[in-house]
Amino acid sequence: MSAVFAAVSTDAPIFVAQNVFFAVVALLMVGSALKVVTTSNVVHAALWLVLVLAGAAAQFILLGSEFVAVTQVLVYIGAVVVLFLFGVMLTRASMGDDESVAGEKRSMAAVVAGLLLAVMSVALIDSFSDDRVVIDQPQLVTTVADSIFSQYIVPFEAISVLLLAALIGAIVVARRD
Amino acid sequence: MSEFLRSYLTVAIFGLVGLALVGAFLGLGRILRPDHPTPQKLESYESGVDPTGDTWSQANIRYYIFALLFVIFDVEAVFIFPWAIRLDAYGAFGLIEMGIFIFILLLGLIYAWRKGVLRWA
Amino acid sequence: MILALDPLYLTNIGLAVVLIALLKVVLAFAIVLVAVLFMVWFERKVIADMQHRIGPNIAGPWGLFQTLADGLKLLMKEDLVPEHSNRFVFKLAPFLAIVPAFLTFAIIPIGGNFESKGGSVRIFGYDTYLQVADPPIGILLFLAMSSIAVYGVMLAGWSSGSKFPLLGSVRASAQMVSYEAALGLSVLAVILQTGSLSTHEMVADQAAGGFLGFIPNWNIIVTGFVPFLIFLIAGTAELNRPPFDLVEAEQELVGGFHTEYSSFRFAIFFLAEYLNTINMSAIIVTLFLGGPSGPVLIEGIDWAWGILWFLVKLFVFLFAFVWFRATLPRFRYDQLMDLGWKLLIPLSLGWFLFLAALNIGNDRGWNPGVVVGVTIVGGFAGGALLMAAIRTARTERISQEVDAHG
Repeated sequence: MSAVFAAVSTDAPIFVAQNVFFAVVALLMVGSALKVVTTSNVVHAALWLVLVLAGAAAQFILLGSEFVAVTQVLVYIGAVVVLFLFGVMLTRASMGDDESVAGEKRSMAAVVAGLLLAVMSVALIDSFSDDRVVIDQPQLVTTVADSIFSQYIVPFEAISVLLLAALIGAIVVARRD
Repeated sequence: MSEFLRSYLTVAIFGLVGLALVGAFLGLGRILRPDHPTPQKLESYESGVDPTGDTWSQANIRYYIFALLFVIFDVEAVFIFPWAIRLDAYGAFGLIEMGIFIFILLLGLIYAWRKGVLRWA
Repeated sequence: MILALDPLYLTNIGLAVVLIALLKVVLAFAIVLVAVLFMVWFERKVIADMQHRIGPNIAGPWGLFQTLADGLKLLMKEDLVPEHSNRFVFKLAPFLAIVPAFLTFAIIPIGGNFESKGGSVRIFGYDTYLQVADPPIGILLFLAMSSIAVYGVMLAGWSSGSKFPLLGSVRASAQMVSYEAALGLSVLAVILQTGSLSTHEMVADQAAGGFLGFIPNWNIIVTGFVPFLIFLIAGTAELNRPPFDLVEAEQELVGGFHTEYSSFRFAIFFLAEYLNTINMSAIIVTLFLGGPSGPVLIEGIDWAWGILWFLVKLFVFLFAFVWFRATLPRFRYDQLMDLGWKLLIPLSLGWFLFLAALNIGNDRGWNPGVVVGVTIVGGFAGGALLMAAIRTARTERISQEVDAHG
């Protein structure tokens, strides 16, 4: 743990700036995530989710992976949450608050979430506390391309089959009318 | 690395200034405009009969299918972008791999077409 | 490995660098605002001319200040937030429409000397590109911003609290989302040609060389006309502009998704639409027509020639969009969706694979005639199979309906 802090204080100013931005974005993400699960309006929850995903994209940029960051915005925010909102608007379309969305069993959920947070924190800090994130060059799209088409070519082809299966499944379910 | 982050910082500042500019105009407007809400003014504009619940939402599942198809083609495009950049290095074998990928997803589109979900939008 | 980065950021960060970056941001804003005001006036005047009337001519010389007058009027109207609406989202939606439009403008190269200096221009002794930022994934930022623009439309309709705006916004977002797929897939052909996602690289690639000495190396020619046409059609549909403006048409669903918006919030949607039109034209110019590249005819003011060529090409497309509005009849919604899914997407994917095969064939020494021949045969075979599949599905459906009613 102390190794991480020592690295921060002795390295160049850019790392300090990165750490500050990381902290700000992380706080924003945690706050938005809490709002996602506690708000009682479904569409508001989706919008807070967009904020969480945008925070994730910002973290990727801070780590130098801009292709992953823009993919996050393009696919997650631009397609998946849009799909979710379509589903909500076409079925519920209720304007106001809907207590059943967030009300029941709050305290039990909070206890479980707290336990999960504790377990994950201990595991992550224990494994990675001595590592340091050193990124001196941003990640090029060509590097991502090379790794997809050499090392991960089989998962790549599997993705197309997975997408096909998802599409067929959704059409079958939607047409059962 | 710092050059990279600087260009993104410039984009972020550009966006924030735009946001602030629009917000400033709205604020200016709030000072300038009248504010006398009456119940009639606040009613929704309705020039016909509202469509009713169940039948309406069933007919509109097809809009949901379009959004789903978009998710699939968006993911496909995201995989094709890095391949297009490194096309020369992957040669004919890469072309065949990508061809298989695109073909499988086009099969999905044809399935949707045959099942009639692309009709009567 | 060369990153396409602005030479300004490679120098040590100091006050001058920060000031130049800020200067670019301020200039970009000024250009954006003036351009939008101009575009609204231009459209009204040109449409009036095509319809044999005069158009705005009272507010200022030739009606130039009409847009400003309209903006001021809208600013001073009463702002009504309908009773059954979701107030927070209602006020948020206009921002989600206009901020992506601003952000897209940041990656567009509007000038620069591409003949001799590789696209940079000397400002106060520093070399810099004439674009606000040049991230290495430039064009993907444009696609991401158009994805976010869908939120403005969707949330505006939903938050208005009545079923008409909701229906209008669902249809408009379905249309935008369908054509976004076609837009992204047609950009692939350009990326194939350039080998990079950065907008600066695309312009630099088109500025180099040429055919027969006078035909420039523009992507519109090099990729065949097909991706350009697909991008133009998909872009027009993405903007909800005529002939694809069914969801905003006055004779339909009243005002569509912005029925309940009044005063300046409505003006923001209006401005966002025109700003997006300018952005789309600028992106078309950058991708297909070589952006600011062009011959530098007077050496002394080399920085001005890039801007001049860019403005000339941009103007052509702004006029084209206005011309579409004045002359073309509207598409029906189902015709529109058919066009997007059944024609544009398969065509853009097929053409992209064809171009990829030609590119690889060039490198490996294949005979281009063989590649074209294989493509035509494959295309016919695939098309025949597709037609057979659709026809059998149709005959099955018709026989089912006959059985049901018989």
